[in-house]
Amino acid sequence: MSDDPSARTTPRKSATFSDDVNSDIRRAAQTGIYDIRGGGAKRRVPHFDDLLFLGASISRYPLEGYREKCDTRVTLGTRFAKKPIELDIPITIAGMSFGALSGPAKEALGRGASDAGTSTTTGDGGMTEEERGHSKKLVYQYLPSRYGMNPDDLRRADAIEIVVGQGAKPGGGGMLLGQKISDRVAEMRNLPKGIDQRSACRHPDWTGPDDLEIKILELREITNWEKPIYIKIGGARPYFDTTLAIKAGADVVVLDGMQGGTAATQDVFIEHVGQPTLACIRPAVQALQDLGMHREVQLVISGGIRSGADVAKALALGADAVAIGTAALIALGDNDPRWEAEYNALGTTAGAYDDWHEGLDPAGITTQDPELMARFDPIAGGRRLRNYLNVMTLEAQTIARACGKNHLHNLEPEDLCALTVEASAMSGVPLSGTNWVPGRQGY
Amino acid sequence: MQTIDMATTSLRELNETLQAQSQATNQTQWQIDNPKGSHAMAVGLDAPIEVTIKGSTGYYCGGMNKQAVITIDGSAGPGVAENMMSGKVVIEGDASQYAGATGHGGLLVIKGNASSRCGISMKGIDIVVHGNIGHMSAFMAQSGNLVVLGDAGDALGDSLYEARLFVRGNVKSLGADCIEKEMRSEHLEILGALLEQADADARPEEFKRYGSARQLYNFNIDNASAY
Repeated sequence: MSDDPSARTTPRKSATFSDDVNSDIRRAAQTGIYDIRGGGAKRRVPHFDDLLFLGASISRYPLEGYREKCDTRVTLGTRFAKKPIELDIPITIAGMSFGALSGPAKEALGRGASDAGTSTTTGDGGMTEEERGHSKKLVYQYLPSRYGMNPDDLRRADAIEIVVGQGAKPGGGGMLLGQKISDRVAEMRNLPKGIDQRSACRHPDWTGPDDLEIKILELREITNWEKPIYIKIGGARPYFDTTLAIKAGADVVVLDGMQGGTAATQDVFIEHVGQPTLACIRPAVQALQDLGMHREVQLVISGGIRSGADVAKALALGADAVAIGTAALIALGDNDPRWEAEYNALGTTAGAYDDWHEGLDPAGITTQDPELMARFDPIAGGRRLRNYLNVMTLEAQTIARACGKNHLHNLEPEDLCALTVEASAMSGVPLSGTNWVPGRQGY
Repeated sequence: MQTIDMATTSLRELNETLQAQSQATNQTQWQIDNPKGSHAMAVGLDAPIEVTIKGSTGYYCGGMNKQAVITIDGSAGPGVAENMMSGKVVIEGDASQYAGATGHGGLLVIKGNASSRCGISMKGIDIVVHGNIGHMSAFMAQSGNLVVLGDAGDALGDSLYEARLFVRGNVKSLGADCIEKEMRSEHLEILGALLEQADADARPEEFKRYGSARQLYNFNIDNASAY
């Protein structure tokens, strides 16, 4: 062998068998079990970053920042509900369970959302006093497990969200592992302490859209037709699922793409089932338009919303509002580098921690451990969430004004272009510098 | 006796009237005529009243009931007494799928047969079926008692938690993690009381008890073939 370095090739790792892939193989070989984690898809997929706003020009004039009004209000549930939800901003907090999150974390979500003029949402495990007491507008999830479900909570909710699926795992249920089942969680779910709690993947008393229509009738009858009924679907078949949700009588469709988070499921499920958020919006909007229901049935988009730019882009593509989950947890303090030493001790690093199901969260948010929970201040957390929501709203308004819009809902696909062929095809807006939308004629 | 005729009354009016009854109401007896299989009848009630429906009902009759005693003088469609909290629902005829699904409390009595998934995900409700029950009954049942005087179909008690199942007749097959268990005196006592409340002509000693083997309570890769 020559000592001359130029005589050797540099070590080359396989793109197919990357370090991540190899570690997955070694872990599977060692443990004999698949990887379970929280969060949404981590793989790179076409997303809102692949879209740009065009801004004003000779044909469109802008509105003056800090002077001219740009409205952000949205009303959800105008189709059938006697009492639609009126929000100051079109950014809501997605459903996250008490059990997956601590009571103080749920309280902080309620505080922050209420201060910012928006709603928060329960999750699997029922309604807690923390979130009802601190949420001016609370959406009560109606889930397959029906943990804690009761008519009194149904009536004191401001809206009901029937969960058919979620973006992280369309077609999948959930599992809250035994280590997070405290006495309180166990009591709310009517199960023994310390056992794994399975959240069913489909509802126990209806199958298909015809049954769902009757289920909605029942819920409306129990709640005097007051509450908006949302239907939450994962990003599986957005055109058909939206069509069927409308047919079944939804007031609001909540559509969650594959970047949307979950408390815990198999990594293979998160990364390989479902479609990117960007790919789901236009088919859903098309379904609404084909049925003459766009803006009458509201569309809420979730899965990877991080900034006011993402909000503006989702609305420009036809959504009425968005929901945030992962971003809200980060605003509260999840994965904060201040806990880096402890993340390292858990074999991870800030920004990558996703073993929420183990209940060891150094930030004290995704845990039921009293000592860890005590690290989290719900008042300060709520303030951080409020600040973050306010910034997102200001950012979205900045963009809308630059596009000449006096309401965020006036943003439209024609305000956008795409940076990649894939994003163009998915979003239905032209590739930058062209008038071409792959797969469509005569845009 | 208050009478509501569904031939001339809307579903909304029916439920609104029944839901408006207070704890202290003196209108405690209600009869509903001409139900004609309507869905979501007598749902969300929360008062100590007795409601008799003179005929068969559609989906979700008595859904989320609290306190009320509802008698269906006919057969019931899917999801009868779903998520019941308390009170009593009695069906003189047969019940379709998912009877008593996710019920948290109260007593459901089915004097005929019940279809598949009877007592699915039950969370404290007691169910007594005078006839037979269909497949996958008591799937993921968490707590409460399911009593069957007749036979049970395939996969009884699949993925069962802490609910107790009592069957007098044959069980076609047991689901994952469901096993026959010893009938102890406290079980005979529970069963005897339920049979009496359900007006059932049977003796507790004629039944076998089934429950969870508790082998699937915490995930173990060695159990993967059980699913």
